[in-house]
Amino acid sequence: MAGRGKLIAVIGDEDTVTGFLLGGIGELNKNRHPNFLVVEKDTTVNEIEDTFRALGAFSAGEAEASPDHHDPQLLNETPNRQFLNRDDIGIILINQYIAEMVRHALDAHQRSIPAVLEIPSKEHPYDAAKDSILRRARGMFTAEDLR
Amino acid sequence: MSGKDRIEIFPSRMAQTIMKARLKGAQTGRNLLKKKSDALTLRFRQILKKIIETKMLMGEVMREAAFSLAEAKFTAGDFSTTVIQNVNKAQVKIRAKKDNVAGVTLPIFEHYHEGTDSYELTGLARGGEQLAKLKRNYAKAVELLVELASLQTSFVTLDEAIKITNRRVNAIEHELDEREREEFYRLKKIQEKKKILKEKTERELEKRKVAGEVTEPANLLAEEKDEDLLFE
Repeated sequence: MAGRGKLIAVIGDEDTVTGFLLGGIGELNKNRHPNFLVVEKDTTVNEIEDTFRALGAFSAGEAEASPDHHDPQLLNETPNRQFLNRDDIGIILINQYIAEMVRHALDAHQRSIPAVLEIPSKEHPYDAAKDSILRRARGMFTAEDLR
Repeated sequence: MSGKDRIEIFPSRMAQTIMKARLKGAQTGRNLLKKKSDALTLRFRQILKKIIETKMLMGEVMREAAFSLAEAKFTAGDFSTTVIQNVNKAQVKIRAKKDNVAGVTLPIFEHYHEGTDSYELTGLARGGEQLAKLKRNYAKAVELLVELASLQTSFVTLDEAIKITNRRVNAIEHELDEREREEFYRLKKIQEKKKILKEKTERELEKRKVAGEVTEPANLLAEEKDEDLLFE
């Protein structure tokens, strides 16, 4: 695995995505599938969740275990658009306010790769209290303090 | 464990010595694991601290980048659609590498550049300077975020490793406790038995002493009787 390049994916509002694309991370794979998702006012939570969840699971088995997998609406989504199913993505950047919408999907993602980073957006500054990763640590620390 | 008789039955003491040695062995193992757990936990806390610091810094970097984007849009108009539609190959990618801490392999990321800027020839007539600044800011943000991602993956991996190590420590401690309890129980039983035996022996000695004085007259009487009987 070491040496093989991976991509940085981004799920964000238009400005965030534009900025990072200009930063040079955007790519269309051979099937013309992008490693980014622009979230607009009419983007559904299911769509976001599906894109994200598929981004983080390496095995199809994990994706199948998700409760929404048999949702007919979701079955229309092309699996290759799903970031978690792709093993060529190492990091997923996601605006924190969008992460909030799919918090349970984020919390369910226990693997270390791809790394999920919550970033602020113009309207929503970064809030450490909401961050999934830091909340995981807090759980750890409660046990630590008791020891 | 107090009140041990000085007169100790050999097997019990031997067994206890052996047991003690075994307990010590398990304790050493347990202590080593605890040390590993402590080392990992220390590293874990360091990484967590670094993550929080970096996330705060990231907040500022992102704010600055977003601002430069707004500036560029002001000058160059809305170029978002153009940018999104002209995605081709990523210029910045990452490699996964391995790092080692207290015997645990941690995954980290390293970013690298490949190919040329897809947007170099993008037809954006105005705002070239702002655009260049914007690109630089987001490139800087990307580097910082890759570093942050490395910290995070290390963090998650360490979290799992610590949980496993602690589980093992607890398992050993549980076993140690059980063995200690068993041994204690066994010794207590042996002691009780010895005590009962001793008491019994003492009682019999007492009895014999008392009986000794009494049995003499009794014997005489018995003998007399017997004699009478014999002679009858």
